[in-house]
Amino acid sequence: MSIEMITTYATALCLFIGSGFILVGVIGLLKFNDPMTRLHAPTKVGTIGIGMLLLASIFHSFSLGDSSMHELLIMGFLFVTAPISANFIAKVSIHRKACETPPEPPRDDTWSTLNRPPHDEIVPDTLDSPPQGAPEKA
Amino acid sequence: MTNALGLMDIALIVTFVSLVTGQILSMIRLVLGPTPGDRILALDTMVINALGLVVVLGIHQGVQIYFEVSLLIAMLGFVSTVALARFILRGDIIE
Repeated sequence: MSIEMITTYATALCLFIGSGFILVGVIGLLKFNDPMTRLHAPTKVGTIGIGMLLLASIFHSFSLGDSSMHELLIMGFLFVTAPISANFIAKVSIHRKACETPPEPPRDDTWSTLNRPPHDEIVPDTLDSPPQGAPEKA
Repeated sequence: MTNALGLMDIALIVTFVSLVTGQILSMIRLVLGPTPGDRILALDTMVINALGLVVVLGIHQGVQIYFEVSLLIAMLGFVSTVALARFILRGDIIE
């Protein structure tokens, strides 16, 4: 059992796991019936699916003899940015009233993403005139 | 060793097929998607699947030159997702 054989088997195993998670995530994206529920399925594609494919790439470079670890950079970037983009998409769903409004927080009076000053309210038929009480722009 | 290489070929074919299936199903959600959030999510998933396709193509050809391509795709996908979400939230990208 040489080192090339072990890394080749590890590459094939990582590819199988990654493709399974990608299929599950995308089927969830298509089949779920609520925007907030649909939001959580493709995160498996972004983290475990692509993470396993990048791990397979690392193992494959080991089996070829020239070891390279720089796929870890892509993995770290994806793991850092996936929650940020999911947070932005959830904010879009909340603000477009595409999902149920979250329940009132126990201590504060409103959620911070729904909290905006009154002069920032955009009323559709007063878009041409400046809103009342707006602060002077410097 | 031939056993391992045969399993490796099967694994590559399975991964390519599942990634292409993922692209097709995300495109169906992109066309259907009743709300703008669903469309942004489907585009984000398509970018991530394209990144996986580039990575698996690099494994298939046994070369290292696709690393920069996949890193650039990852950065562009994140920036475009945030830009689309901000445009829908605020009506403007850079205020």
